[in-house]
Amino acid sequence: MTREDTGRQKLGIVVSGSLNKGIEVKLDSSASVEDMAVGRYVTIEGNKRRFFGMITDVSLEVIDQKLTLTPPDVSDPFIAEVLAGTSTYGTLHVLPTLTISGDAASLLQGPQPVKTVPSHFSTVNLASQRDVELVFGSEDEKKFYIGTPLDMETKICLDLTELVKRSNGIFGKSGTGKTFLTRLLLIGILQKGTAVNLVFDMHSEYGWESRSETGRKVKALKQLFPAKVAVFTLDEEGSRRRQVSTDFVVRIGYDEIEPEDMVLLRQTLNLTEPAIEAVYQLSRRFGKNWLQSSLDLKDSEETNRLLKEMSIHESTYQNLQRGLATIRRLPFLVSHTRDNPVKRILEYLDQGINVVLEFGRYTDITAYILVANLLTRRIYAQYRERTEKAIGEDIALPHPLVITIEEAHRFLNPELSSQTIFGTIAREMRKYNVTLLVIDQRPSGIDSEVMSQIGTKITCLLDNDRDIDSVLAGTPSKNELKSVLSRLESRQQALIFGHAVPMPVVVRTREYGSPESYKDFIPRGQAEIRKQAEKDIEELWE
Amino acid sequence: MAKTQRVGEIIEARTTAFVAQCYELYELPPLGSLVKTIDLPVELYGIVYQAATTSLEPGRRPIARGKDETSEEEIYRSSPQLSQLLRSEFSSLVVGYRENEELYRYLPPKPARIHSFVYLCTTKEIEEFSQSLDFLSILLNTPLPLPADELIAACLRQMSQAREDPHPFLVAAGKELAILLSGEYNQLKAILGRIK
Repeated sequence: MTREDTGRQKLGIVVSGSLNKGIEVKLDSSASVEDMAVGRYVTIEGNKRRFFGMITDVSLEVIDQKLTLTPPDVSDPFIAEVLAGTSTYGTLHVLPTLTISGDAASLLQGPQPVKTVPSHFSTVNLASQRDVELVFGSEDEKKFYIGTPLDMETKICLDLTELVKRSNGIFGKSGTGKTFLTRLLLIGILQKGTAVNLVFDMHSEYGWESRSETGRKVKALKQLFPAKVAVFTLDEEGSRRRQVSTDFVVRIGYDEIEPEDMVLLRQTLNLTEPAIEAVYQLSRRFGKNWLQSSLDLKDSEETNRLLKEMSIHESTYQNLQRGLATIRRLPFLVSHTRDNPVKRILEYLDQGINVVLEFGRYTDITAYILVANLLTRRIYAQYRERTEKAIGEDIALPHPLVITIEEAHRFLNPELSSQTIFGTIAREMRKYNVTLLVIDQRPSGIDSEVMSQIGTKITCLLDNDRDIDSVLAGTPSKNELKSVLSRLESRQQALIFGHAVPMPVVVRTREYGSPESYKDFIPRGQAEIRKQAEKDIEELWE
Repeated sequence: MAKTQRVGEIIEARTTAFVAQCYELYELPPLGSLVKTIDLPVELYGIVYQAATTSLEPGRRPIARGKDETSEEEIYRSSPQLSQLLRSEFSSLVVGYRENEELYRYLPPKPARIHSFVYLCTTKEIEEFSQSLDFLSILLNTPLPLPADELIAACLRQMSQAREDPHPFLVAAGKELAILLSGEYNQLKAILGRIK
C-alpha cells in the first residue's frame, strides 16, 4: 500500500457526493475493501482545505454489469489481480464532518464544521495519528483520555469542562460496558476537578470495588481517590459485609416524603390517578407528617368519616394504603431522623468531595426512584438558591454538580419527565450548574424532549431500532451513524457524539480494571496510592 | 548494448503502418514484436501485426512441387530459384517515435521512408518503450485484418518477456486494458485469458 512520509495511507479519490448525503470515494486497487472499517477516520485533501470524515459505509461496485452475470474466473490470481480496482472496485461512503482551510486565521481556530464538500478526485487518506490529535486535542488539565480510535494508538480526549456544562447520556445494551464507561467518566471528572459528582449507585459499583462480568475484582472511586470520595449507604449491613468504608448511613424520615415524591412512584406502586389526588388531600390535611398520619389511620368509623369528608373513595383509599405499605417496608425509612442526609451530602459536595450513594440490597426501583428524587430535588433547590444568590451578589457560582442516575427511563419517560426533578434538570441544563449523567439501556423509553437536551451521548452497542433512533434523533447524518452504531463490538467500543467532541467518534475505551490502568488514573504526588497500585501489579505476577 | 538485429527493409509506408520485406525467406519477426526504423533524427517504432510469404509477382501463384520429393527441404534444394521467386514481408503498426531522446507513444508527424532498414528492438528498448502503456489504445482502435485481442495479447506476451519478472507488467497492462475496455468485458476476458 502506498504510504507517504506523513504516515498517511492513500485510500482512493473522491468521485461523487453531497454535503447532505456524504461523499463517495473510489478505492484504489492497492487498498482492499476488507481492510476498511466503518467508523474509521479519513482525511480528504481538497484544493483549498482539508476535510476530516468518518467511513460510514463500504460497498462493492462493478464497471460493467456483465461481470455480475458471468463472473470471471477469480481462482486465477492474475485475473483477480487485474480486475481488482479496475473492473471491480470498492467504494467508501464518507461523512465529512470537519474542515481546516489553509489560511492562518482558520489554523488558529482549529477544525470547523463542514459547510461544503471537497472537489472531484481529491485524494482520500486514512487519517494519521497527528490528524486525530489535531481534531481531538491531547490530554491536558481539561481533557481526559477516554479511549483510542479504531486501529490506532492516538488518544481521544473529551473536553470535560464542556462536557459537564450539559447533561450527558451513556447508553448501551446490558453488558456492553456502560458501567466501565461511567466509572471512567466519573474518574475523569474527579481527576480534572471540573465538577463534583453525586452518584445514585443502584448496584453498588461505583463507590467500592465490585466484580466485573469476568469475575475479576474491579476497584472503584473511593479506593482510587480516598480523599475525594465519600461513600453513603442505605444498606449499612450490606456495605459492612462488603467491607466498604462508608462515610454516612442514609436514613430518611417519613416527614421528608412529599406528595410530589409519590407522583413519581405512581407506576411502580401501581397507584391510580385518584390515589395520587388523595395523597395531596392528605398532605393538605395532615401537613408535613401526612405519611405517618395516613399510615396510622385505622379501619374505623372515624376514618370513614374523614374519607367522606375529603371525598376519597373507599377503593382509592385501599389502593393508596397498599402502595404506602410497600414504602413502609423499606427499612431505611424511619419515622423521623435527626441527621438530615441532604445537608450531609451538600456538606461533602461543598468541600469538593464526590458522593456515591450505595443502595446495597435495595435494588428495587421503588427505593431508587424515591430516594434519588427526594434527595435530588432538595439538592437542586439548594443549588438554585445559591446560584441565584451568586448572580445577585456577583460572587462565584457554586461548583458544577453532576448527578448520575441509572435506569434513567424510569424517571425520564414521557409520562414522568415533566414531573420529576430530573426532567427539569435535563431541560434547564446548566443554568444552575447542575447537570445529569444519565445511564440507560432503553433510551427509547426516555422522553424525546429530554433526549434532545442531552449534550454528549456516549453509546455502546444498541441493536433495537427504536433505541438507536431515539439516541440518534436530531443528529445530522443520522443514517450514517446508525450503521456505525449497530456495528459496534459488544465490548469496549462506544460511539461518542455531541457537545464535548468536535465530531462523532468511535472509541475503543481505555482499559479499566487492571493494576496498570489504576496507576494511570492516580495523580502524581499521591505516593501512597501509587505504591499500592504498584504492589497490586507485583501481586499479579506472583 | 546488444547488437540490433536487422530484419528487413521498408517497401511500403503510411503514417499509420509500414510494410517491410525480409532479406531471407521466412526470417520474419514474431507477431506482436516491437520493431524500429531510423529516419534521422526520428526513430519510428512499430508493432508487427501481420506477416506473409507470397509470390513475387501478384498474378503468379506458387504451385505444389513436392509430389516426388521425400522431404520439404528437398523441394527447395531441387528448385533453388524458389527462394528468389517468393518473398516474406511483414506489416507493422506505427505506435510511437523517438525524437531528441524523447519517446512519444503516438503517431509521428511523417511516415517512414521506403528502403529504410527495420530492426528488431532490443530488450532494453522494449522495456523502455513499455514503461507506459498508452500505445495500447492505438492497437485497440486501429482497424486491423486480425482481431485486436490477438495482437494485443501477442504484443504483451512479447513485452513481458523482456522483463525479469513479467507478472507486475502483465498486471499493470491488464489494469490498463480493463479501463480501456470498461464496457466490453468479454473482449477483456479474451485478452486476459491469452496473456496469463
